[in-house]
Order: sequence, then structure tokens, then C-alpha cells
Amino acid sequence: MYDFDIERPSRIADAVKLMSDSTDAQPLGGGQTLIPTLKQRLASPERLVSMAGIDEMVGICKDDAGRLCIGGATTHAAVAADGSYPGLSGLAARIGDPAVRNRGTIGGSLANNDPAACYPAAALGSGATIVTNKREIAADDYFRGMFDTALEEGEIITEVKFPIPEVSHYAKFVQPASRFALVGVFVAKFADGVRVAVTGASESGVHRWSAAEEALSRSFSAGSIGSLEAPSADGLITDLHGTGAYRAHLVKVMTGRAVAAAS
Amino acid sequence: MPKDGGIGASSKRREDLRFLTGKGKYTDDINLRDQTYAYFIRSDVAHGTINSIDISAAMKMPGVERVFTASDFEGVGGVPCGWQVTDRHGQPMQEPKHPVLAEGKVRHVGDPIAVVVADSLAEARDAAEQVEIDITELPAVLNMKDALNDGATKVHDDLTSNLCYDWGFVEENRDAVDAAIKGAHHVTTLELKNNRLVANPMEPRVAVADFDSSTDEYTLYTTSQNPHVIRLLMGAFVLGIPEHKLRVVAPDVGGGFGAKIYHYAEEAFCTFAAKQIGRPVKWTSSRSEAFMSDAHGRDHVTKIELALDKDGKFLALRTDTHANMGAYLSTFAPSIPTWLHGTLMAGNYTTPLIYVNVKAVFTNTVPVDAYRGAGRPEATFQLERVVDKAAREMGIDPVELRRKNFITEFPYATPVAVEYDTGDYHATMDKLLELSDHAGFEARAATSKANGKLRGFGIAHYIEACGIAPSNLVGQLGARAGLYESATVRVNATGSISVMTGSHSHGQGHETSFAQVVAEMIGIDESQIDIVHGDTAKTPMGMGTYGSRSIAVGGSAMVRATEKIINKARKIAAHLMEASEADIELKDGQFTVAGTDKSVAWGDVTLAAYVPHNYPLEDIEPGLEETAFYDPANFTYPSGAYGCEVEVDPETGKVTVLGFTAADDFGNIINPMIVEGQVHGGLAQGIGQAMIENCAYDDDGQLLSGSYMDYAMPRADDLPMFTVDHSSVTPCTHNPLGVKGCGEAGAIGSPPALVNAVVDALQRAGHDVTHIDMPLSPDRVWAAMNS
Repeated sequence: MYDFDIERPSRIADAVKLMSDSTDAQPLGGGQTLIPTLKQRLASPERLVSMAGIDEMVGICKDDAGRLCIGGATTHAAVAADGSYPGLSGLAARIGDPAVRNRGTIGGSLANNDPAACYPAAALGSGATIVTNKREIAADDYFRGMFDTALEEGEIITEVKFPIPEVSHYAKFVQPASRFALVGVFVAKFADGVRVAVTGASESGVHRWSAAEEALSRSFSAGSIGSLEAPSADGLITDLHGTGAYRAHLVKVMTGRAVAAAS
Repeated sequence: MPKDGGIGASSKRREDLRFLTGKGKYTDDINLRDQTYAYFIRSDVAHGTINSIDISAAMKMPGVERVFTASDFEGVGGVPCGWQVTDRHGQPMQEPKHPVLAEGKVRHVGDPIAVVVADSLAEARDAAEQVEIDITELPAVLNMKDALNDGATKVHDDLTSNLCYDWGFVEENRDAVDAAIKGAHHVTTLELKNNRLVANPMEPRVAVADFDSSTDEYTLYTTSQNPHVIRLLMGAFVLGIPEHKLRVVAPDVGGGFGAKIYHYAEEAFCTFAAKQIGRPVKWTSSRSEAFMSDAHGRDHVTKIELALDKDGKFLALRTDTHANMGAYLSTFAPSIPTWLHGTLMAGNYTTPLIYVNVKAVFTNTVPVDAYRGAGRPEATFQLERVVDKAAREMGIDPVELRRKNFITEFPYATPVAVEYDTGDYHATMDKLLELSDHAGFEARAATSKANGKLRGFGIAHYIEACGIAPSNLVGQLGARAGLYESATVRVNATGSISVMTGSHSHGQGHETSFAQVVAEMIGIDESQIDIVHGDTAKTPMGMGTYGSRSIAVGGSAMVRATEKIINKARKIAAHLMEASEADIELKDGQFTVAGTDKSVAWGDVTLAAYVPHNYPLEDIEPGLEETAFYDPANFTYPSGAYGCEVEVDPETGKVTVLGFTAADDFGNIINPMIVEGQVHGGLAQGIGQAMIENCAYDDDGQLLSGSYMDYAMPRADDLPMFTVDHSSVTPCTHNPLGVKGCGEAGAIGSPPALVNAVVDALQRAGHDVTHIDMPLSPDRVWAAMNS
């Protein structure tokens, strides 16, 4: 780890100022990715700005539209315990291990956009809105590829707003070492259609599986997936733990299982 | 009623109090006054020529004491290899120099090139970034078979090829084996890999070295399974330090699994540098460094052929193995694929003709050496896989085929040069079938099928050779060391006892189980006995702990020393009671005169030994302290039957291990609870190897599994509940305790049982799958089902 300064503001406005008046500042959520990166000297920010002490970024509530609004610095454990959006709480409950869930935050996870992380599947699969200190970004516009998002330099995720579907489920097939998703599929059925988001599988990060969405919008049943072709393996990840073809197959299997388990 | 102390009691592990409450004292807990910190700069390429190293900027960085490179080690020896294998043609193996720091070339990712020694680790790391190293990358040698082609890139330019040795065993059997296979009714052939593993002890390696210029004495604290071996190898072969000026201490060590047997360059570096700079030097491996510098395990590629007659009797066995040595020869590396592997190829069977061919190959990878089981898992895996395949090919039940070929008369001399003293393989097989409810399997399989899952049952029967080893024998086989063990039993004036053992405990529980043996022999409470280990200044020269040898060899040395103590104490007791020595009996810590009510307590005798007022000074010396060295007459031969039940998810290929049963014969048992724990740990490692662990390199020699993000260690929820039994007992015939050793069995017997179970599940479902290489990851199982 290189030397750095750490700031612990208590208001979003102060955090934004601390981010902007340094040439090399980095927001710090739960640190579950950033701290190991620092320890390996793979990053050398001059200043870390911790989100943990900003009360207005911690907590869960519902807005007038019935959306579940989660502060950007809210931990996975808090989301897991909430339960008002069962598919989302179920996903949060299966991220990492208890230590990760009690430190890691939703804003940190979405800002990092690891291609095998769970939360991006929930955000994209729910059609969530990512709220920053500057603007609101639809999930469909937010995820730009592996570790890439629409966030600009110094922009902080302050809140994420999730429309709550009729039924939903996240089916996760874990990579045995990291226990990140080798393939994870989030399925959400809304009154006006079904969204299916896939994480872990693609070199472009989280993405929607439109063929499955169309089939499920016509008939929300595991059988609708059973009769589909698995997605193309082109552009899917091949690594120690599975080929692109295997991941493509798993996308179909996990989608079917998510539908079957949706509640 | 279970005993509450002594041999056979499940005495609680006394060492756990300090381990579980943070009171353990590990090497990294040792900090010396004015100590410096070493940071190793390691190669990030697999193979390359070092053109230049510029340390000038680094030397000017804050806190830097000195920067070392290979040029500082001129006149210093290389890291030695402790075993010389002779090849098929009677020639010694090719043995390259293993420099402390890379000389001219780097040969694997992680090969140390330079070391910064500074006041703090952070300063050392900062300065390391200022060291300019120019390397021209060379093609990496990775595939063992390609490495042996004419014109292949050489890992070591001064060797004739990448072949370390081509070993044939038993060479005289070669033609007879070929002929038997050619004419056999049936030959089953299997090609398989034994996957490369990283030991990953919880505690990474650490070295802290100090030099006292007033006495010329060095002290090295290090994470070792055998401090005396390190003192001998480093002192005599690397740095030229005589034993009386070098003390090596291995305090609490947090797991070894083989990887902490070897002498490593970092130990020699810290010891050397401590004198050079006149300050203590400390190095603590990071986990990333451990992945690329701790010796790896296994990595064999094998073709095995088993010839059978029409009734399923084994006629001949032939194996052709390529064994990866990595870039340099680690301490015991050459012995693992040869003498610890070829000698076990008979397994539990009466196969009359066996020929084992092993080509050991240098590659641009981390050196490979013993890992829990060391050669014996490699032998067992291929044998128990090919036997299972043969059973399926010939339509014979796998249990019956094994039974048909079991050795039943002992002692039994195998065609691969070892003699099993005892065993009862039908007994362990019976026990396995009973405990695993083998009879109920079909009903369980039907339930699984109804749930859309494929259920399979797999067995394996293993033999291992533990208690390494008769020194004269291993000397003939190329060992450059003896493999006896030592113990000093020091009885204090009031009767308490300190036992100084050459064995080393790094999780095995010796402090408890060794004390139980002495307590039993004398009849005093275990709490009166302390076990001292891990310090060359305190313990007699001993060879340390590996190969399930500690109770069989170290325990036997302790028994011999304790017998000497008891003999002397009887003389003293006889004198005190004015009786004949021949009439003296020792029971429950009391010496009595047979047939009388005269007695004298253990403590009265020991006090007399140190306060010899009423004492036979004309016949015996005062004091009560004895040392014994024990050199075993043979290996010990634990064996067992292992069974595993799995369920395969046909949609994903995911294997769930539902149950695992281990029915072992370890001979006599000192502490059943500790034995059970050892088997549990071994099973976890064996199941880890079979299911998820996989050390992999890419085509450029980069380590793909260089962290826990990609190297999967087994966790509790990867493992089933274990059923462990060791009620089948055929005591070892040649050591005083009748013990065989239990440390590695779990890791030896479990991988083939697991692969057999998965193949069984797939074949029952109609898949034409005869083998899947480990680890049985879901993608591999799925690919096998869909190929």
C-alpha cells in the first residue's frame, strides 16, 4: 500500500468537494475491492474519500412511486435484511461472505461494475435508476462494459432506486474459488414485461438476454426458457473455470431456474 | 469405558489452548531489536535472460540498508537437492544449480532476482520499485512432453536437455512386463493427469535471521517442518556455517503439508544478509509470493496399462509417467515420483509383474516437491482408477475385482521392492461397505433419479508406505540423509519430564499424543510430561515431520529412550527398597517388589537420582536423562478402503459430494480423536484436489491461479459429513508401538474414490464417460457428458 490521505465527510456536498479539490481522489465504499487493490499497490490514489459516514447515503426507504430507494453507502447486509424486495434481498444475502456483506456497499459495487458481481444484475434486471450527486441514470444507460460505467470522474452514487417487480429471483452459479458468479441471472417480472439480466458470463459485463425477455413476457414459465436456444457463446468469457460455451449453456439453465424460483 | 489418559485415550489437544486463543508464537511473531525487512523482487516472466540490474537509484532511497543481487552470492553454494536418483542406464540425474538469487537467467514466474533490505517493509517495497531490471524474454518451457523433443528450448543451458532422469523400476522386469501385457486376455489402458496443487498452509513462510558477531553465532527462526535438516543443508551446503555456530528454530508452525519441509532460498538469504549488514533480517511471504515460491505438489501425466486374465486376476502393470520438477530441484523432489511412487504401484494387489517408467522434466514453473502423501497419492490415483475402469470393461463388480486380487498373506514381498508386514484388506473393505450402507445404494440412486440427479458410488483401496525410513535402504536409493529419528527424555528431580524430540509438530498434536505414550509407559499423568520440539539448540539431531513418520519413527525413539529411563529407575528403586532389580515392577507410577507390599513412588526414585544420598553411586551415575536414536527396520504400511457417494446435476455438471466413508487400518492408535482429525484434514485436501483445486499456467508460463480468486481451497460447505473408522487393526510388526501413521491417508485414498464415483454416476445414466481429469469442475463434467 502506498501512503494516502483518508477523508471521512458526513455530508454528500462535502464528499463532492473533497473529490473535486484533489487531482487524484478516489471514493471509498466498503473497500472490498479497493482495499485489496491498494494493498497490492495496483492503485495509488492521493486521497480516499470514505462514504461510510454520510448518513444521508445510508438506509432504505420507499418513494412515492413505490420504488425501493437504497442509499449508496448501504451495506449488502442491510439490503439482505430488508426483505421488501425479496429478489433483491435474496441476491444481497448471497454476495461474498458475512464480512463482505457487512462492509461492502451497493454504491461501491455498482461503481466498480465487476463483470462477475451480483448487484449489476439486480440493477439492470430491475430497470433501476442510479442516482448520483449530479443526475439520475437509467440502468440501461449506466453499464458500459467490464469495469466501465457512465460515471464521470468524481461522480458519486448516492442512491439506487429499484422498481419492485411482481415476482423476481436471482439464480447464481458460483465460481468455486472466488464464489463470484460464474453465471448469475436476475429475472424480474413487471406488469409491462419481463427483464432478464446476466452477470459473470460476458466479456462486456452485465447484459440483458432479450430472447429470454421476449419469451417470458409472452409466457412466464420455465418451459418458455426450455424451448429457447442458449445464447451465443461469442463474446462470453472463457477462463480456468469454464468455457464460453459452458457459460452460454449456464445462462439458459440459470434463467430457467430463476423463473422457476421467482416469487 | 474410554480411557481418560495414556495410549488409546482421546486426550484433548493441549496445544489448542494457545492456538485457539491467539497465544501461539509463530515465526512472524518474532521481532528482533534493530531488525530490517527484506523484500524480494521476483521475475514476472517465466523464462528470460537478465541483461542488467541497476540498483543505484534504489540504494539512495530512504531507509535502505542494502540491495542484494546474485553478484553478492559469489562463492555461496546453491540451494541443494537432498536426493540423487539414478536413471535406467545407471547414470545420475541431471542436477542444475539452484542459486539463492537468479544468476543470468530467470526460470519461473516468482524466481527471486534481487532483494532490498530496509528499515521497514514499506521502504523496502518503495526502493524495490526503483530497481531497474532488463530482461529479454525467452520462450517458456511448459508442456513436459514437448520439453523432451529434440531442439526444445532448455530451462538450463548447461544441461544436455530438459530431462532430469528417465527412471525404470524394476528395470529387470521391463521385458517380462511387456510380454505379459502383449499376451494378456484383457488390457485396460488409461491416460490421466494428477493435477498441480499449491499447499497453501494458513501461515505463509517466514524467516528471521540474526548474527552475533561477538560469538560468530547465527540464529534462524523459520517456518519449517524439520529445523535440523535446514541447519544441515543450509549450513553445510549453502553458507558454510558449522552446526555449532548455527541454531535453527521452527517455533509454532501453522501448517506445512510438505511445503515447509524444504530448504528455501529466502532462509539462506536472510541468514547470509544478517551477517553482511550486521542487523537481523526478516522476511514474511505475502500470499501472492507463496503461490509463486512455495514448492508446488503433484503434476504428473501418466499412461497406465493393467493386464488381466479372463477371471480378472491381475497379470501385469505398466506405467509411463512424466513428472514435473519445475525449474529447479527442490529438496526431495527427485524422490517423489520414483521411490515414493514406484514402490507403491502394487497397491493392495498380488500383481506379479510391474514396471514403472518415470521421466522427470524441467519446466519454467515453480519447483514441485512432496505434498501431503508425496508420490503415494499419485500411485494410488492411477492404480485405483485403472482397476475401476478394468472392472467396468470386464463387467466385474469393482469391489469383487479388488477382492479377487487382494494380498491376503503377510509378510508380502511386492515386485516393486517393498515388503508389507501386515494388513487385512478384506476387513477394511467389509467395514467400508457396512458403514457406507453400500447395500442401500440402489434405493438412494432411485431417489436421486426421481429428483433429476445422477447418483454414483465410488471406492478406492489404498496402501501407503509411511514411517520413512530405514537409513541404509534410503541411502542405497539416493537419499543424501539418514531417516532415523531421535528423542531425549529428561526426567526432572520431582518426576516431571521433558521430552526433546526430533519430530516437529505443525498441527499434528504431538505435544498431546507423544505425552500420552510416555505417560502410559511410566503410569503417571500426562500433565507431568512436556514435549519440546523445533529448536536445534534444544533437541537432538532429528529429521523432522513428513511422510506420516512422527509416531512410527519419532515415537519409537521416544519409547526407546523412555525404556532406558525405566531400566535405570528400576535399578534405583531396587536400591531404595533393598530388593533385587529383577523383582521390581513398575505400575501406575509405583515401583513395587513383586510379591511384597514394598513400594516406592516414581517421584521418590527421580528425586533420589538427583539427590543421590542413598544411591548406588558405585554402579550407576546420578541423574535421569536418556537419548535414543531409532532407525526403522522397514516402512509401515497403513491401508484402507474409501467410499464416496456423489450426485451430479445433469444440467450443470455440478458434483455434490453427499457422503464420504474412510475405513482405515493404522495399526495401534495413540489418540483416536487426533487420528480422526488427521483423516478429516486429509480428506478435505483429497476432496479439494479432486473437486476444485487446480494450479494452472498459461502458455506463456504466467500463473493463472495465483490467488484465491482463482485457486479454490475447499471450504466447510464443499465437504460432506465424514464417516471415519479405524477399528480394523493389524499392528505394525517392527516398531515398539505397533503404529503405522495416519497423516496422509485421507489425501491418498480420496481422489480416486471421488473420480470413480462421478464416472459411476455418469455411466449409470448412460454416458460413455470413462475418465475425467481432476479437478472435477462443473464445466469439465458437463463437457464430458456432452462430448
